[in-house]
Amino acid sequence: MGISVQIPTPLRGFTADQGEVEVSGATVGEAMLSLIAIHQALQPHLYNEDGNLRAFVNLFLNDEDVRYLQKDQTPVQDGDILTIIPSIAGGGQQR
Amino acid sequence: MTIRLSDEDLAMIYDHGRDAYPEECCGVMIGRVESGSGEVVISEVQSAENEREDSRRHHRFLISPQALLEAQRSARERGLDVLGYYHSHPDHPARPSEFDREHAWPGTSYLIISVEEGSVVDATSWRLADDRSRFDQEELIGTDGEKIAV
Repeated sequence: MGISVQIPTPLRGFTADQGEVEVSGATVGEAMLSLIAIHQALQPHLYNEDGNLRAFVNLFLNDEDVRYLQKDQTPVQDGDILTIIPSIAGGGQQR
Repeated sequence: MTIRLSDEDLAMIYDHGRDAYPEECCGVMIGRVESGSGEVVISEVQSAENEREDSRRHHRFLISPQALLEAQRSARERGLDVLGYYHSHPDHPARPSEFDREHAWPGTSYLIISVEEGSVVDATSWRLADDRSRFDQEELIGTDGEKIAV
């Protein structure tokens, strides 16, 4: 049993419709790299050109937002559940 | 790609846009995707709180992850799913902005209404291309199968 990454509906088209992907790693960052190694098409939707997690992508480790833990350095272990949860943002032209 | 809404749900979105003016309104669209045709059939819309700071709500909206999780849980309990979002553009065309494109999710319908001086003047729906380079417009139709005209 590795780390289970829960895939939100909008991204399942890039994971062969899997809602859950098992990955490995010692930290949240490593787990996400493992996810992208398996499903490379996810990368532009999760990370920007600078390699940073997009602002509207939220990661929850077992129901805790990793922003309030150690971000991508947050330790993970087998059996943990890492959930990708969207924020939904947008708007018209700045005035 | 086609997205179908009832007159009642569309009226609710228009009311929300008028009530929120001159700020942007936002909400969640729930339904199912027809197997075969791939048509997005919206059976319910839920208004959401625009959680952007006050000073930016005239041209920005934000639905928090907590609000989205709740809408998703509610939808899935009924065998449905969150398939898209609506928001308004006060005094701005119903076309996605660059900000919309940067923040959009694939596989999701984005219905935009234009509210000019408090009146809804246009409604369109869009879907982000897989390479994130653009939005492709969806055909927005009512339950009678006819294209929606404001």
